[in-house]
Amino acid sequence: MNAWPLLGVAVVVAGFAMRINPVLVVVVAGITSGVASGMGTGDLLALLGTSFVSNRLLLLFTLTLPVIGLLERHGLRERAQQWILGFRRLSLARLLVSYLALRQMLSMVGLYDIAGHAQTVRPLLAPMSEQAAARDAPLNEVDRMRIRALAAATDNVGRFFGEDVFLAFAGVLLIQRFFDGQGIHLEPLAISLWALPTAIAAFVIHSLRVAWAQRALERARRAIASEASDAAR
Amino acid sequence: MLRVELIYWLIGAFLLVAAVMDARAKRWSSAAFWTILAAPFLAGDWILAAAHDGVRWPAQAMGIGLIALGALAARGKLRIHEDDRASATKRLTSAERLGNRLFIPALAIPVTTIVIVLAAPHLKWNAAPLLEPTQATLIALGLACIVALAIALRVTRAPFGEGLREGRRLLDALGWAALLPMVLATLGSVFASTGVGDAIAAIVGATIPADNRIACVAAFAIGMVAFTVIMGNAFAAFPVMMAGVGLPLLVLQHHANPAALGAIGMLTGYCGTLLTPMAANFNIVPAVLLELPDQYGVIRAQWPTALFLIAVNVVLLCTVVFR
Repeated sequence: MNAWPLLGVAVVVAGFAMRINPVLVVVVAGITSGVASGMGTGDLLALLGTSFVSNRLLLLFTLTLPVIGLLERHGLRERAQQWILGFRRLSLARLLVSYLALRQMLSMVGLYDIAGHAQTVRPLLAPMSEQAAARDAPLNEVDRMRIRALAAATDNVGRFFGEDVFLAFAGVLLIQRFFDGQGIHLEPLAISLWALPTAIAAFVIHSLRVAWAQRALERARRAIASEASDAAR
Repeated sequence: MLRVELIYWLIGAFLLVAAVMDARAKRWSSAAFWTILAAPFLAGDWILAAAHDGVRWPAQAMGIGLIALGALAARGKLRIHEDDRASATKRLTSAERLGNRLFIPALAIPVTTIVIVLAAPHLKWNAAPLLEPTQATLIALGLACIVALAIALRVTRAPFGEGLREGRRLLDALGWAALLPMVLATLGSVFASTGVGDAIAAIVGATIPADNRIACVAAFAIGMVAFTVIMGNAFAAFPVMMAGVGLPLLVLQHHANPAALGAIGMLTGYCGTLLTPMAANFNIVPAVLLELPDQYGVIRAQWPTALFLIAVNVVLLCTVVFR
């Protein structure tokens, strides 16, 4: 066995760690593995070319860009924000769990870029979460920051564990391409349906954690309140 | 019969249009980038057919093109963020005016795709299937994008050219990131052809008992998480772990269901994404955006979810994958 092609993996790890442009890192890693395996220049270039062409369906999503771009220009994001604003008067846990469910479902139909940290978390979800948590009593600074972080985490979980259920998502197509290259033909739909159990588990686990965070917050407040009343006595 | 090449030509044409628009605006790097990228879509069939017949120069030219794409991406002049704050009020009034009708074209993409996929086996043209059966989903998605664009143009009453311009704007905003999944898949193919997968499989085989499928599942899951944490990207970890452990040991030796293994394996990698500062745009950027004092605050808020979910995935892999 020739272990030198593993240098390609080392190039990927080092390149990503050093924040070099990922496309360049990947191209260099491919060349490294090819050279290390003893391939000639002509063979290596042909291998790069045919591999690249064979994986071209991963750019399929570009066909959605004119539609999404057009809708964004005509206020799709603004409309989505107005819609979320309808959920204003919820408790912290209900707000975050509703957002999680909505985010997962939108991602499952391919609308994973409709929300995000810049578009929805900073302008909407984080302030709404703070507002919901501070309804009964003012928040201290540590809890405020913790709630903001939890809002961002909720967005990540919702996006990650929804998008793989969308059958034209790049991750699903990457899985399909990999097996296709090895002579195993899979329908994208079959792959995306297998992402459902983990999606449901992610929803349950994160919802429980959000509910638990709210209870911990309330308990800490009650402790402070009873201490204060003890001191007053 | 509608073949998937039709969809490829559409993508190639769109990339060329974007290149022309960028060239007119004197963004030469972007114009060159999209022009080179149009080649595999417009000439891909011919390149593969020529390579198959032993004519290698078109594939070699494409290999040089790929290296050029990497160099252009590294020059860093690609991502163009156009400030459109001026049009923010315009978008808001448009959102008020169009209301929930704006969601219709966006939802039309997945809905039309699923309808066409389900109808495809019944659609015939001169006794032959209308859609190439092995690629029905992808052809359906391509057609759904055209349908959705038609609906979007009708809802917004915008001219067709505006759709292309807005598509070009998003494409340029994505820049090299649009290409990353495709080059990572290419790397996976190259790793498989140059024996990287075999080498990792040999190392894993030497360290774990390859006959024990539970040990193989554990090695696969832990490897997916570890590689994702190191590289910050589950897509990059997937070809490495799949070629090294997933395919040779789990699928070929232990007869794992490839669709389930692929999907759950990828999502196990995603748990790693929740844990790593390498996935900066998900974990570090929001900490900055939200003005958190601790740049790892978001990771601190999500690591327990990730660990529980890894455990769930390992259990899933052990139970459903070997049916």
